[in-house]
Amino acid sequence: METTAVRARGITQTFGDVVALDGVDLDIPYGQVHGLVGPNGAGKTTLLGLLLGLSVPDAGSLQILGTPVGRVLGVPDGVAGFVDGPGLYPALTARQNLAALAGLRGYGAAAASRVEDALEQVGLLDVADDRLRGFSLGMRQRLGLAAALLTQPRLLVLDEPANGLDPAGKRHVHRVLRNLAGQGTAVVVSSHRMDDLAALCAEVTILSAGRVVFTGPVGKLAAESGELDYRVVTSDPVAGRRIAAQLSGLQIVPPESGSGHVEDGSFVVHAPVPQLDELVARLVGAGIAVRELGPVVPPLEAAFLALTDPNDMDDPTASRTDAR
Amino acid sequence: MTTATTSQVRPGAAQRSRPARFVSVYRFELVKLLAQWRTRIVLVACWVLPGVFVAAVTQASSLPTDTVFGRWMLATGWAGALVVLSFCCTWALPLLTALVAGDVFATEDRLGTWRYLLIAVRSPHRIFVAKALSSITVIAVMVAGLAASSIAGGLVAVGNRPLVGLDGLSLQPGHAARLVLLAWACASVATLAFAAIGLLGSVALGRSPMGLLMPALLALLLQLVQLLPLPVAVRLALPSETFLAWRGLFTSPAQTGPLVVGLIVSLVWTVAATALAYLLFIRRDFTDLAYDGAGRRALLTGALPLVMVTALTVAVVATTTSATGSGIEQAKLEHSLATSYAHLYRLQARELHRPDVTEAQLRTAASCDKGGSLVEDSGPGNDWRCVVTWHIPGAVVVGSATYQLDVAADGRYVADGDGPKEVNGYFPVRTATGDSPNPLWQVDGLVDLLSSSPKG
Repeated sequence: METTAVRARGITQTFGDVVALDGVDLDIPYGQVHGLVGPNGAGKTTLLGLLLGLSVPDAGSLQILGTPVGRVLGVPDGVAGFVDGPGLYPALTARQNLAALAGLRGYGAAAASRVEDALEQVGLLDVADDRLRGFSLGMRQRLGLAAALLTQPRLLVLDEPANGLDPAGKRHVHRVLRNLAGQGTAVVVSSHRMDDLAALCAEVTILSAGRVVFTGPVGKLAAESGELDYRVVTSDPVAGRRIAAQLSGLQIVPPESGSGHVEDGSFVVHAPVPQLDELVARLVGAGIAVRELGPVVPPLEAAFLALTDPNDMDDPTASRTDAR
Repeated sequence: MTTATTSQVRPGAAQRSRPARFVSVYRFELVKLLAQWRTRIVLVACWVLPGVFVAAVTQASSLPTDTVFGRWMLATGWAGALVVLSFCCTWALPLLTALVAGDVFATEDRLGTWRYLLIAVRSPHRIFVAKALSSITVIAVMVAGLAASSIAGGLVAVGNRPLVGLDGLSLQPGHAARLVLLAWACASVATLAFAAIGLLGSVALGRSPMGLLMPALLALLLQLVQLLPLPVAVRLALPSETFLAWRGLFTSPAQTGPLVVGLIVSLVWTVAATALAYLLFIRRDFTDLAYDGAGRRALLTGALPLVMVTALTVAVVATTTSATGSGIEQAKLEHSLATSYAHLYRLQARELHRPDVTEAQLRTAASCDKGGSLVEDSGPGNDWRCVVTWHIPGAVVVGSATYQLDVAADGRYVADGDGPKEVNGYFPVRTATGDSPNPLWQVDGLVDLLSSSPKG
């Protein structure tokens, strides 16, 4: 039985002189929420467009839901989602938008119940008969998700689905996506918010300048971050700083470095995890309470920055892929 | 908020994507068009305003005599529909196509909905056809509204009476009704060509307002060109020719030559512009977020082929018809004026309760001169002067009346009576029931630009 919803090998896509995707390999199994991240212009939208059948690759092979994507537009049934915003019609109500989509997909008598179901899933039943022009960005995002859910997809492709959502709305959308993945749907989500991806995705793929610079489990990505800056808040900042200064393999980040140092009695250190453990042990041993200890920049974000830093892209073969 | 359950997804080989059914796509496009307030307002206006306008004009103290059939608006309800048609051919129909067809693709660019639509429909081909047909449907309903409303307004305000044609012949109401409907149908074919231009502009220029304005700008340009003394082969090869040529239906015999040529040219433009729009649309990359129309490419792929179509149709018209010069010649003008005069003389005789005479008995003739002896007697201008003569049975003296003619480049002329005053020198004539409009005072006529013999 086919277990991979998306299988891409050597995908290349160019627009004139611009290489949007350059030999991209990607595997996304059924039942997984897969994150797609990258700086602006990295090729995320192009890749999502390929997955949604909006264009075909110039080179390479792409297999979606077990069906090879040919030289003509179009992907198999079972693919849904949106790229660059949900793209619904402001002159129509939420229900009319979904009913129109149901009509296009030929759901016939089941259309009405599917529309109600999709609206309920994203929590928009109360405003189903309001025109979209009065909707907030977050409500439009949720309706875009409802439009995708309406088709009961096996591959769901979403571009920044949490954009404009309040925390409660974001949690709700995440829950819907996890449920879908739990039922076997492959979900591809692009986002700039690494914390969102960490909370939602089992695996992530990082694109930079059209190339895959990382693909694998989120935990593996965090490990790619290497040494981080940590902010330390203690009951005795002067003594704490002195103990930190005595530890080898650990540096105190000067305040002017702009690495998150604050003037509230805390200090910032740059250290690998073992040295950080030693620092905590020594502080506690000296009777100094450790009130707060955490990375200045979250590990995933730090890894992302490290992997996509244009100054670090001299070696084109330096893509790091988790071996499966 | 609850989460509804959905069935478990079963991995496996998927079916190749099926495009949405065409009927569903077409219906969706209609829903989107009709959901726009602009479309709704224009639709209501098309179905209401012409009738109100015609009814209001018949209550006013002066008539729109500059517009063809305008001077007959108090005489018959059918004239109002033709006045509205004439006005629509100048402005309203190109504007309607601009508002509907000129925006039907661009609106998706503005809303950022192309990707959604493509994912939902899965066939750019069906999207194009559905958009084209839905916009044409809406335009057809608008044109039908303009025609129905203006006809209804005229019939209610004035009544179902005979219509005087452009050769002075009185057309019975049933015949007039058929001709009015046929004239609107012909203008609708020309509207199709402008709708296709609108589609092309909408596809080629994206969200740029220039795309929306293309049909209106083309109409304005063509009107300016038509004011020029063009060779008749060029005039007939313009896509706006049918907007003028329908007037030929209201002469006897009908001036079908320019009308048929105009209809063919309109259809050629419709096919050419639609095909170009289709090619541009199909080749578009919908993942390009920065797309803002085909830009300079539109000039090559859109405008240049249409210029070539124009050149080709000019060549075909020139070689397959008898079109020469401006198409306005002395003999044709004299024949047209003499014919109109004879028909209108009989109408005046009926108003004055004089004994009826036939056109054969009248033996009307006209002698026309343009601008004196130093100017060639051909071509448009307001310096034509004609003397009409006729015979009255039993009388020895030959009647004579003078007219000053303003002949437009499109063949329409207005002959302004210059006396004698009891024949054509004054607007009213005194009848037994009071003063009535004098049908011989000012005469609307039409020269057949294509005829080689003086029959028009």
